[in-house]
Amino acid sequence: MSLLDIENLSLTIGNTQILKDVGLSVAPGEVMGLVGESGSGKSMTALTVMRLLPYAARATGRVTFDGIDILTATEGQMCALRGDDIGMVFQEPMTALNPVKTIGEQVAEGIRWHTRATRAAAEERARQMLDRVGLPSAKFPLSRYPHELSGGQRQRVVIAIACALKPKLLIADEPTTALDVVLQAQILDLLRDLVAENRMGLLLISHDLAVVTEMADRITILRRGEVMEAGDTVRTLSEQLHPYTRQLAQASMHVPARPRSHGANPGNPLLQVESVTRDYPGRRTSLFRRAPAIRAVDDVSLSITPGQSVALVGRSGCGKSTLARMILALDKPSSGTIRFRGETVTGKSEADLKPARRDMQVVFQDPYGSFDPRQKVEKLVAEPLHVLDKKPTRAELREMVAHALHEVGLDQRDMDKYPHEFSGGQRQRLSIARAIITRPKLVVADEPVSALDVSIRAQILDLFAELNQKLGIAYLFITHDLTVARAITDEVLIMHEGKIVERGKTSEVLGHPQSEAARALVMAAPDLHRAIAKRMQEQG
Amino acid sequence: MTLHIDIPEETFSSILAKAFRNTAFVTGFVITLLILAMAVVSYIWTPYDVTKLVIADKTQGPSPAHWFGTDHFGRDILSMIMVGARNSIAVALVAVGIGMSVGVPLGAFAAARGGLVDEALMRVNDLVFAFPALLSAIMITAIFGPGAVNAIIAIGIFNIPVFARVARAGALAIWPREFILAARAAGKSSTQISIEHVLPNIATLLLVQGTIQFALGILAEAGLSYLGLGAQPPMPSWGRMLFDAQTRMVVAPWMAIFPGMAIVITVLGLNLLGDGIADILDPKSRRQR
Amino acid sequence: MTAYLLKRLAISVVTLALASMVVFAVLEILPGDPARLMLGMNASADQVELLRNQMGLNAPLVWRYLHWAGGLLNLDLGRSYTYSVPVIDLVRERLAVSLPLALIALALSTIIAIPIGLFSASRRGRAGDTIAMGAAQLGVAVPNFWFALMLIYVFAVWLRLVPAGGFSGWGAGVWQALKSLLLPAVALALPQAAILARVTRSALIEVLNEDYIRTARAKGLPYRTVLWRHALRNAMIPVLTILGLQFAFLLAGTIIIENVFYLPGLGRLVFQAITQRDLIVVESVVMLLVAAVIAVNLIVDLSYAVVDPRLRSRQ
Repeated sequence: MSLLDIENLSLTIGNTQILKDVGLSVAPGEVMGLVGESGSGKSMTALTVMRLLPYAARATGRVTFDGIDILTATEGQMCALRGDDIGMVFQEPMTALNPVKTIGEQVAEGIRWHTRATRAAAEERARQMLDRVGLPSAKFPLSRYPHELSGGQRQRVVIAIACALKPKLLIADEPTTALDVVLQAQILDLLRDLVAENRMGLLLISHDLAVVTEMADRITILRRGEVMEAGDTVRTLSEQLHPYTRQLAQASMHVPARPRSHGANPGNPLLQVESVTRDYPGRRTSLFRRAPAIRAVDDVSLSITPGQSVALVGRSGCGKSTLARMILALDKPSSGTIRFRGETVTGKSEADLKPARRDMQVVFQDPYGSFDPRQKVEKLVAEPLHVLDKKPTRAELREMVAHALHEVGLDQRDMDKYPHEFSGGQRQRLSIARAIITRPKLVVADEPVSALDVSIRAQILDLFAELNQKLGIAYLFITHDLTVARAITDEVLIMHEGKIVERGKTSEVLGHPQSEAARALVMAAPDLHRAIAKRMQEQG
Repeated sequence: MTLHIDIPEETFSSILAKAFRNTAFVTGFVITLLILAMAVVSYIWTPYDVTKLVIADKTQGPSPAHWFGTDHFGRDILSMIMVGARNSIAVALVAVGIGMSVGVPLGAFAAARGGLVDEALMRVNDLVFAFPALLSAIMITAIFGPGAVNAIIAIGIFNIPVFARVARAGALAIWPREFILAARAAGKSSTQISIEHVLPNIATLLLVQGTIQFALGILAEAGLSYLGLGAQPPMPSWGRMLFDAQTRMVVAPWMAIFPGMAIVITVLGLNLLGDGIADILDPKSRRQR
Repeated sequence: MTAYLLKRLAISVVTLALASMVVFAVLEILPGDPARLMLGMNASADQVELLRNQMGLNAPLVWRYLHWAGGLLNLDLGRSYTYSVPVIDLVRERLAVSLPLALIALALSTIIAIPIGLFSASRRGRAGDTIAMGAAQLGVAVPNFWFALMLIYVFAVWLRLVPAGGFSGWGAGVWQALKSLLLPAVALALPQAAILARVTRSALIEVLNEDYIRTARAKGLPYRTVLWRHALRNAMIPVLTILGLQFAFLLAGTIIIENVFYLPGLGRLVFQAITQRDLIVVESVVMLLVAAVIAVNLIVDLSYAVVDPRLRSRQ
């Protein structure tokens, strides 16, 4: 018998249909993977099971947990279930914990509430649980506050809260999306072990097929509130019978065609970074004392030749974004020099930087945050033209914007729209249009596809590849995602704690990593091919 | 303190459509419009002449001839309220203008520069905040002489740090956004960025604060004239009317009730307008629990 | 923690010093001779000169400031010209009225506002919330002195429950004295309570949208328990900020309210001193009020650190 049974679940919020006839089940000790792109309704499915839906939501159908009809249960019955029989882990560890309560209080609270244990007994149990999730008492006493912990550590606390009473069902909603790949692998291992130890059912929600393939026994694929396909994970993904499943799987493994690859040719380098270091002053610990300076970037040198595509890969906080900002002259190095087209960029005034800025553009991660919502596309895409010596006329300017939009696959009529009228993928195209309008020699792209759904991501990677081939633009891709590096770059630099620890041809470094940091990244990176192969082997 | 700004992503017409479905906005808008209309009409027409004293009609209760009654000089209270509206609106509006035109650039500048400049400006702000506004306004008007102009200056000065603080907090929330980084990468100076990107994005915040300060200005002006430090007779003002009413509460309560209601309704209208604007333009307030 | 405390303390001291210079300077740049201003146009040159000497106006500016500021630190506030008594005695006498008045008003507004804010936030959008917030909206719009007049009309003129004004002094019995402070305190407190209730509600609603509220509910805590245990403490910061600001408002409010009720308090003292040009009293009392505001702001800053552990370890 199933632990959780969802039948014909439909959900509306206001007049919007969120879910339509969704069905899925989780057996005790089973891992069910719920996969879908953004807006597919996977989080809403989880919140329905918890009955923590927004106010205006109306659910119909049947949800049965352990013999209890969830949709008709009283709030009192639900409170008894939540935290005791059903635990939940959320996506955003940075905001999921109450900042003014200690981690001990927060883990013990649910224990005391459900078991009526004394404070001391509950704290004892909370202590054991924190030990179990990898937060030993020596370094992480119960009196720690959330802000004293890192993102990965906070997610462990959230897991401790969810699993404190050994629930029968654990719901994990994108539990690793906000973490880097190495932390992701650790958290997934922890979840897998906890599920096995306690014979919990796990409903794992993710947008990442590779993650789900590694973890789940069975899989349910959701699209726009409807179940597309469901079944055994390995069979579903190896056979790929449903067209949408095939589309998702192919997009996850997509490698754009780039017939001409640029090795490190010995000609004049476009960009030279020479032993650049960036220190941030330490935190003031008292009126007269400061903590020692934090070295974000430590003696980094690199060079990029024209047309070359280079990946800068590292875990979050390794200093890669700081380095990118210095290359873009948005931040000043503490020491070292950066040369662009042979000229020193470091220490130049904004006016002297104009020619360099024309040949060096940027694409950011967040397609929603990188446009001023109050301006129209024409003005936004034309913004870099500000650096031209000769100001173009209005007609010339519109002509240039139209051309750039055309190059990224958008319509020239789009220039009179506001950014919110575009989808996430289209906005990333706008970002790229803005970056190429001055015909730059180098584009620095900071995690340009990590906020996009897989199918959109594949299209944007294709666009990057096409522009590289057609216009000969060199790229510096900043990413923590090895699939991106593998798909589109010639060379890769591995960054770890401010230093470049390994460099070389992308295929070689990622195929045979030498340094420990590179090995950790490669090992942890989810990969659909490998995951399917591994699961098939396990099942024989 | 940090401030989080969700920038609404809507067009003008969709905002307008939403505005007219918002009860607070519509009520506030209508009240504000009526009060403004009343002040404008008073230039052309009032039921009675407020400068003419008709002792024969003194302290009459509300009647068809005098809807709101008459005061101790036989002047029509309704007419005095209409003329008094001009004074209240003018003082509060100009005071908001002073506060905005000085405070907003200061706050935006502090946010753009950061570091020592920011720190120094904020300390000056703290300093002004340490003086209870009404006390200082009383000092200023008492020392430099009572009158509408000094009341404007006194109230205006204390609007400056309010707008500086709001503008700075708003700008600080905008500066880390990626579109600002994109503008910097395009070589724009911090002044250009402040004008082109920051100010349009904090305009709502400033508009809402403007209505709040407008309402507070009307209250402050009433307080000052009540103490005899605002507009001087024979120019009628709401606060002054209340002062005159105080000693006659037993015989002529309407002298106190109606001018007070005028203040309450005006301030209520402005506050509703501000709430309405904030509601319409801030998507956070629409979030469900 | 100590770093934070020291920083706030240092800022308060600097603000206080700057404020004293501003107060001193404002009275210094007054048009005309302060002695002449105080004595009026009919005074003889000898009288003016005598007062100038008495006020120390003939000494150099910096020395005068230091003398005055040093006096403030020793609670030597000089002698009132109009009352011919040491200012400190006047202040002490008037404080016995104003301080209880402000404290009662602050307590009243907090006791009324916080429960209403909690009630409204927990029933967001329902009838109770709409009525409470409608009332608060109205309360914010009411000028306190007009509200005071209406209270006098209803409770003193009509119902004759309390005196319409005046203060019998604490000597004549605590109950009698409290009775004459009751209406003024209510008049001061209600508009403030309306503001505070609105702030409490919106702070709570903001907090209730946070992710950690969902985490707490996922533990199985009922909504009400989450509101009390998790939301309220996080919502305290904006509420404390407003409480601090309200103290300054209350101080200024006492000037008008004490005039409405003919209460012999600090506000009435400073108002009369201003109109009578008793600059020594004005200087001292304004400085005292400013010091009180700065002290309250310091207390608010320190209570942030009590509420929020992030402030204790940062900076």
